Formats: sequence, C-alpha cells, structure tokens
Amino acid sequence: MADKAHFAEQAMTYMSSLYSAALRMTRNPADAEDLVQETYLKAYRAFGSFQEGTNLKSWLYKILTNTFINNYRSRRRRPTETELDDVEDLYLYHRLGGLEAASMGRSAEDLVLDHISEAEIKAAVEALPEPFRLAVVLADVEGFSYKEIAEILDVPIGTVMSRLHRGRKVLQRTLHTFAQERRLPAPADVPS
Amino acid sequence: MEDMPLPSQGYASSSGQGRPVIEPCQEAIATLYGYLDGELTTDKRAQIQHHLDECAPCFGAFGFEAELKALISRKCRDDVPEALRRRVADALRAEDVRS
Repeated sequence: MADKAHFAEQAMTYMSSLYSAALRMTRNPADAEDLVQETYLKAYRAFGSFQEGTNLKSWLYKILTNTFINNYRSRRRRPTETELDDVEDLYLYHRLGGLEAASMGRSAEDLVLDHISEAEIKAAVEALPEPFRLAVVLADVEGFSYKEIAEILDVPIGTVMSRLHRGRKVLQRTLHTFAQERRLPAPADVPS
Repeated sequence: MEDMPLPSQGYASSSGQGRPVIEPCQEAIATLYGYLDGELTTDKRAQIQHHLDECAPCFGAFGFEAELKALISRKCRDDVPEALRRRVADALRAEDVRS
C-alpha cells in the first residue's frame, strides 16, 4: 500500500455500503454510525497489514463484522422454532401468484412492491436472526461470493450456504406476512 | 389463498400424491441459489441453463428469485449522514496527529 492517505481515500468510497450494512446489523442509526467510525479507525490503524492487491472491500467488511459481533451485538437472539421450521422452496413466488402475474407481463418487482414497501424490505432483513442476517446482507445486498463470506465470518463455506438458504426462506416468509398485513387480495380477486 | 392452484406446483414437490416427479425441475430448483449467486461450475450452469430454456415454469421461478434478490439489494441502501463523513474524516486526522 502506497501511503496511508491513499488508503483512506480508497476506503472512503465504501462508506455508503458499510453504513447500510451497519444499519441492518445494529438496527439503529446511532450505533451504526459508531460502528462505521470504529471500523474506519481500526482499518486506518491496521492499514500496514492490508496487502495491496487483495480485496479492500471484503477486508473492511471483515473489520465491520468482527467489531459488530464483539462490541455491538446485544442479547444474542437464537432463531425461534418457527424460524427453524422448514419453509418450502419458492414460498413467495407461489403466494404472490408469480406464474400468473408473469403471464400478464408483470415483473417480480411490480408484484412485490404492490404489497411491500421499501421500509418493510429493510425491516424484514433486520428481523432475521443474526447469523442469517449477516449472511443475507453480505450475499444479497453486497454480492460477496460464498468464499468471501466464509472468510469475513470465519466459518466454513457449508455454513455460509446453510445460513443463507435458511435466511432467505425466513425472509420470504416475513415479506409475505407484511404483504398479508396489508390485506393482500386473494389472486382470484385481482381484476385482470 | 394459501394453496392456490398453480400449474407450476406440479414440479415443486416430490411428496404430492400421484403427481409425476419431474427430476430436472427438482434439480433446477435445488440449485437455484447457487445459480443466481454465480457459484455453479460451468458445466452445471450450462445444464441448468439448458433446462431453463425449455421449461417455462422453472424459467419463471428463476426470474422471480433473481429479481427479488436484485430488489432486496437495491432497497437496502441508506444515505450516509453528512455528519458521519465528517466524523470519520476528523477521527482519521486526529489519528495522524497522535501517531
């Protein structure tokens, strides 16, 4: 790494992603801001150990995640029985009438946003039990590979895959619950 | 509403009574996330792609899941408060002074 100032400049470009992830992790803006600041400070202090040419973004996420787990995690909530229940594949797709809607030229996005707001999507992610939540944020929001997530969380790839699989299913069920609370009409009642 | 009859359900489950079990569809659904996450081998990916080219229900399901993943990614973004940018910049400057 050339110099510390250059490093800081590069690292700053990730603040928006890091802050969004910090919000999903801590679920409150004050803690998210502290977590991000602490992450940057630690990264700055340790920049000498960062190998140029390796992935800066995933290195920053590893610091963010470790700091969160060590300092910000409040009571560690275990997944409830319901969250560990098996959820069938394509849970939301079937319930939102995906195939019929597609035949009417409606995209998944239209379909989901008819029933679920942006705030509810964030709330559904934040409602996931922590291990599932971290995996979903890293994979679905940030687009890290399984291998990168395994390194960030320091768990085997198989663990990443199972948390992700489980997390996505619980997320779909939560999204569906939100949609129902908005009185999702039965597909048969939707005027075509 | 929970169990609305969808033509697609013929492929979804091996437990359905009397329903034909359609192996390629089951295999496609089982590898759906690996496919969307770009984690399949080239051969496996080509095999699933081939199936999607000829199976409308699986094609629709994959399309939905791909769009949902993209939607979650897009909606989970938050603007960084200006005050935080300043705080971090100040903290790093203070760090330079200290060292």
